[in-house]
Amino acid sequence: MIHIKTLNKTKLTENISVKGCGECQTSCQSACKTSCTVGNQKCENK
Amino acid sequence: MIHVFKVDDVYGVVDTNSGLVHIVDEIIYDLLVDEGFKSIDKIQDIYNKYGQVTVDEAISEIKYLIENKQLYTEEIVIKNKIKPVVKAMCLNMAHDCNLKCEYCFASQGNFKGQRSLMSYEVGQKAFDYLVKNSGSRVNLEVDFFGGEPLMNFDVIKKLVDYARSLEKDNNKRFRFTITTNGVLLDDEIIKYINENMDNVVLSIDGRKSVNDKMRKTLNDKGSYDVIVNNFKKLVANRKEKDYFARGTYTAYNLDFSEDVKHMRELGFEHISVEPVVTKPEEKYALTEEHVNTLKEEYEKLAKMYVNDYKDKDKKFSFFHFNIELDGGPCIYKRSVGCGAGTEYIAVTPEGDFYPCHQFVGETEFIIGNVNDGITNELIVDKFRNVSVNDKPTCKECWAKYYCSGGCHANAYNFNNDFKVPYNVGCELEKKRIECSIMIKAKLQDEV
Repeated sequence: MIHIKTLNKTKLTENISVKGCGECQTSCQSACKTSCTVGNQKCENK
Repeated sequence: MIHVFKVDDVYGVVDTNSGLVHIVDEIIYDLLVDEGFKSIDKIQDIYNKYGQVTVDEAISEIKYLIENKQLYTEEIVIKNKIKPVVKAMCLNMAHDCNLKCEYCFASQGNFKGQRSLMSYEVGQKAFDYLVKNSGSRVNLEVDFFGGEPLMNFDVIKKLVDYARSLEKDNNKRFRFTITTNGVLLDDEIIKYINENMDNVVLSIDGRKSVNDKMRKTLNDKGSYDVIVNNFKKLVANRKEKDYFARGTYTAYNLDFSEDVKHMRELGFEHISVEPVVTKPEEKYALTEEHVNTLKEEYEKLAKMYVNDYKDKDKKFSFFHFNIELDGGPCIYKRSVGCGAGTEYIAVTPEGDFYPCHQFVGETEFIIGNVNDGITNELIVDKFRNVSVNDKPTCKECWAKYYCSGGCHANAYNFNNDFKVPYNVGCELEKKRIECSIMIKAKLQDEV
């Protein structure tokens, strides 16, 4: 690819059979407390 | 669904359903904006601008991504398999405060009720409930919150000991956060927090004039001079543990990047400055008229982030610019959102359960208590059925798997409907995502 560089290595739709454990941090429990941001949480199921 | 954008000199493309983020050149940008590559008229203009050979090469790369399900990826319908169990609690240790911040959603600490402190017994019952109702989840999160939680410090210490005593037999791990305004911090409390709290949130709005306009002492003086040295001392002894210097910006400081800069100059490296959540009639509320200014401000802050990244004395992290492109939450988590009322609840000093801290004091939202558990399933159901694809506006939004539908309290405050998100919040969130991607693109070898 000359014109496009993809930043991620994995798709959201990959390996979904082993995802969904629910162990990750509740989003408002981090710094925010006022504005939901889920995309910056870390997966605990690596 | 895709989203094409430009921030600074970075051109980005988000493929919503795969979660892939592509950094592209100007030719691809021109081809994808408004789906120009599908229009004969538009493509002719692009040929004229860049030359046919180059443009055809770019189009072939677009086609490659489409064929390999990396662009215009179809939505996959998933049946959510995260069974919500309560695993996170916000313990309102004190419905009382030693500051009276003008924008406080807790009505200067008392949450529209009597001033009160949580007893050890109520806290114990809350932890018992959490352990018993968290199913197979190992990680349990507790935030000591308020009002000002340090007004009830002795009970906090006893509750931490109690929680630790529950861990081994129940195969649980408590993670503690405390959110404090800093007034009561002394050497003993700082030492305790740094040893026992996994995260600490230090409330300060930034520049002295900005902080003191909203964060006032009970004598109507500014709190800046009281708290800054306490926070510096705590952070100096924090070592590698998490903390955030956390501010709220309002219509009074739309230039909040200056507050981030100021906090960094004070020595705080991990910073979060977030938009106020309030009723629209408040003078300091953020409304549609502020959106463009705030977007420019986020862009200014993102450029500052990049510029300062390689200077160890200036480098900072900004909570809303953190984005996990590979190690982030799975699509299940991204679909269900913040978990208020289902996996996260707030507990008052009297032991009442609310769906989250933002609703405390709105008594119609009481969902149960420490003695009887969750009793009001009607309210809980309202929170259970607001996943991102249940909300018409969100379902069609490119950013839906980053914010997961936004803050329920915002939606309720502004639209009186959990399924209608607060548009100002949405616009700002989308801008923050674009800025985060720009930062990733520029620092991709470093971050």
